Amino acid sequence: MRRRWLKGERLITLLLLLPSVIAVAVFVYGFIGWTGYVSMSNWNQLLPDYTFVGLRNFFKLFAHPRFQIDLRNLAVFTALFLTGSLAIGFLLAVLLDRKVRGEGFFRTIYLYPMSLSFIVTGVVWRWLMNPGSPQMGSTGINLLLEKLGLGFLKSGWYTDPRVGIKAVAVAAIWQMSGYVMAMYLAGLRGIPEELREAARVDGASEWQVYRYVILPLLRPITLGAIIILGHISLKIYDLIVAMTGPGIGFSTDVPAYFMWETTFHANRFAQGAAIAVILLLMVSLLIVPYLIFSVRREAEV
Amino acid sequence: MTAGRRIPWQRALLYLVLVGFAAFYLMPVYVLVVTSLKSFAEVNLYRMWDLPHSFSLESFKKALLGGFGFTGLAHNFVNSFYVAIPATLASAFLGSLNGYVLSKWRFRGSNTLFTLLLFGMFIPYQSILIPLVQTLMRLGLYGSIPGLILAHTVYGIPITTLIFRNYYATVPKELVEAARIDGAGVLGVYTRIMLPVSMPGFVVVMIWQFTSIWNDFLFAVTIAQNPAVQPVTVALNNLAGSYIVEWNVQMAGSLMAALPTLLVYIFLGRYFMRGLLAGSLKG
Repeated sequence: MRRRWLKGERLITLLLLLPSVIAVAVFVYGFIGWTGYVSMSNWNQLLPDYTFVGLRNFFKLFAHPRFQIDLRNLAVFTALFLTGSLAIGFLLAVLLDRKVRGEGFFRTIYLYPMSLSFIVTGVVWRWLMNPGSPQMGSTGINLLLEKLGLGFLKSGWYTDPRVGIKAVAVAAIWQMSGYVMAMYLAGLRGIPEELREAARVDGASEWQVYRYVILPLLRPITLGAIIILGHISLKIYDLIVAMTGPGIGFSTDVPAYFMWETTFHANRFAQGAAIAVILLLMVSLLIVPYLIFSVRREAEV
Repeated sequence: MTAGRRIPWQRALLYLVLVGFAAFYLMPVYVLVVTSLKSFAEVNLYRMWDLPHSFSLESFKKALLGGFGFTGLAHNFVNSFYVAIPATLASAFLGSLNGYVLSKWRFRGSNTLFTLLLFGMFIPYQSILIPLVQTLMRLGLYGSIPGLILAHTVYGIPITTLIFRNYYATVPKELVEAARIDGAGVLGVYTRIMLPVSMPGFVVVMIWQFTSIWNDFLFAVTIAQNPAVQPVTVALNNLAGSYIVEWNVQMAGSLMAALPTLLVYIFLGRYFMRGLLAGSLKG
């Protein structure tokens, strides 16, 4: 009797999960498989053509000059975006943790960009980084720098192919560094004051306290931040669309942008799918070990 | 003690740095506000940092209602709400069910299932975009608001499940057991014990979902290209990409598109923070 009752309950719990499980199985895993299949097909015109061509699209892609530029841009963008956001986020968290008056006020200001869409960010920063012209004078940030007597810092920003994607990284750092600050601040608040006091009593300088006590304790947060920012960075698309487009000589182009354009403008579905598969593989390399590790560690606790 | 010992100039430097960064973060908003309050006659790229001489709401009106050569954003705002509200509610509800089962009715393989669900939160959506479009076309939902709602609901499931699972994990086991002794089944425990204490969880999840759906661009631009159903992010991007539209109107449009999520952040910031931190798997 009791067994059947249990069985009934088990059935109900599975029924509760079923809609979501089916939806995710189809829309995530099924679709990924489908995209993988498209990436190995001959579908490079409007109408579907599922003729199997093996890895041809991938070989072509890696030989494609635009894709090579995109991968380089993505590496530069990711490196800058991660180091910039982590450094600024950590600095702000440490500063705010020093019993600052008006902490809530500062925190609100540092974090609000997180609530905006990348489209709004892109539209505003496009104007801010509009360099102006030598004839008519500077505009945007360049104008501000001139006014502050920092004219030597002026730049062509995204209009200069040598700067290109780095200018986009500045806008992305502006948007996401507050998030890192919030994560670190939550972490710092979790470190008991006694630990720092103990280190100080042992004669550690303030610098040493941070280097040898605080930073190691914050390592899980740094890892979490790298994962979150890293996967956002690899997928970056909206910001590019709104701020610069692919840029002069593809100087602000990224794989996600190339994917959308080649798929939905040029109808090269197989090529787009191949880019998507590569993006997915890159994100998976970053996410999967972390996911498995996180859930497992939690299960042990 | 630490604060008292500090030398005054160090303290001053600290505040100087904090204020400097505050200025950096506020700079774009300053330009947005100042420019959108200027009239067309006063807009000048070379004076973009100057305050407006007169106060004009002309640009907001134009951004909403349209002008020569472009349509306004008014109906796109309505579209965004039509998409964001149902998708938020649906994904929050599903997440709550999943979170309940995965935290209180664990079974063999439930952690694996949870991990598989979570993966869906991180994938680049480019990797599902082509099949999504094909499927929505076949279902007759391509280019429609219901199609967009469906996409946001499904791809919202991982994060809502994560937040609710972590939230329900904090509900004491004893409460659940007590209800079971009183004869409550799976659904009884959910409606009598879990739902009544779920409010904070729902607030966190709904804020997170509303914000990300409102701010979404990729699904919107792929599924809802048609001007009649475009959400505000797509319409704003088109508006800002058009050379006909004056700069102050673009700024006014951006400001308005940012406003709903900005207000949520300002007034419900505490919950917004919790969603953010949940996103890093920490709960």
